[in-house]
Amino acid sequence: MSQGLFPRDRSWHPPALTPLYKTSVKRSPQAAPLAIPAGAGEQYGPVFDRARLGPRDADLIHNFAAEGQSAIGPRIIVYGRVLDETGRGVPNALVEVWQANAGGRYRHAKEAYIAPLDPNFAGCGRVITDSEGRYEFRTIQPGPYPWPNGPNDWRPAHIHFSIFGPAWGQRLITQMYFEGDPMIWRCPIVGTIPTRQGIETLVAALDVDATVPMDARAYKFDIVLRGRRQTLFENRMEGL
Amino acid sequence: MVQKIDRLKESPSQTAGPYVHIGLTPCFSGISGVYPSDLGTQIAGANAKGEQITITGRVLDGTGTPLRDALLELWQADAAGRYPGQDGVDPAVTGWGRCATDMATGTYTFETIKPGAVAAPDGHLHAPHAHLWIVARGINLGLSTRIYFEDEAEANAADPILSRIEHQVRVPTLMAKATAPGQYSFDIHLQGPDETIFFEL
Repeated sequence: MSQGLFPRDRSWHPPALTPLYKTSVKRSPQAAPLAIPAGAGEQYGPVFDRARLGPRDADLIHNFAAEGQSAIGPRIIVYGRVLDETGRGVPNALVEVWQANAGGRYRHAKEAYIAPLDPNFAGCGRVITDSEGRYEFRTIQPGPYPWPNGPNDWRPAHIHFSIFGPAWGQRLITQMYFEGDPMIWRCPIVGTIPTRQGIETLVAALDVDATVPMDARAYKFDIVLRGRRQTLFENRMEGL
Repeated sequence: MVQKIDRLKESPSQTAGPYVHIGLTPCFSGISGVYPSDLGTQIAGANAKGEQITITGRVLDGTGTPLRDALLELWQADAAGRYPGQDGVDPAVTGWGRCATDMATGTYTFETIKPGAVAAPDGHLHAPHAHLWIVARGINLGLSTRIYFEDEAEANAADPILSRIEHQVRVPTLMAKATAPGQYSFDIHLQGPDETIFFEL
């Protein structure tokens, strides 16, 4: 077991109160959070069994489609690694993703955008990283969509990511954006991240070399979780 | 010049948004046929040791309105205070649950067993508690809090986390109230005079 987690750099994350993202105004705690030392509860975390995954969980093009059909939209592969702040790959990390369809419409009861649903697309997928922290899934590139915030706000195309590392204290939800999308820099939710440098870490790069000819373009997206301290003694115990 | 320390920066958090259910509780959101069931529906199996309990409540915004689009995750020890991953943990306990708040009423419910007191490396005993993580539209970084139990007064009084809270007047915001045998209620207030204590882990 590791001896604690690297402190989270809260100046790097969005603050709780970000008035240009209006919903945060009444949903942001105003007292300072209380820092507590990591105990067993923060350093262990839930374990997910690879056997629970189905064969199409990481194929959003087909996991909701009728037999012989597929989702409409630009076919893409999203791949990368889950790492921690020390640069180590995180094996066995559960990565769950969700997104709108190619027209920017979510399959959700509270969604009101006029763009149509795709009968062959649900918008959810999941994968568990391999022994080196690698993951990969196939999907269609989601569309941008308008949302009620300012009078004319649009989300850039994005994919939501939920990630579990081995420690509860590493739990993270974030979003992936696409290289070259001019909407990124106009979005109030993206703009909650304090620095341009931070935003750029969430922009996936088009990887022409990993593109499968006549099939799907590839985007590379690495995700970094908080680092975990390890002592030399523990390294010996783990045979590293 | 000194040697360089090569470190990466954690990926910045972004809100889970209003459609978090599609990804994390698709069956709850009405998407059938992709996964057989949602993850996190069983924290403790029927054979788990300990007192079976139910915790229910709401997440309230600064106006007192319940969030009907929040998602909560609970993480806890078994009845002996051991977490999954630790030696000797009760095999019937996954320790982890996930629940979306009801889209009409905003209530959440976790059925579990009461966690045991957890021993810290320094020997201090932490009072029985569950960890709670809350995400939703408008929450930019997932919020971490803890559920303690008001009927564990003696253990709570000796708890090293509760005792380090400067404004002791806020400690009741971390206490689940016993409403009936095995039934607890725990509301989370994001803002206002009863704002829940949130933790920086």
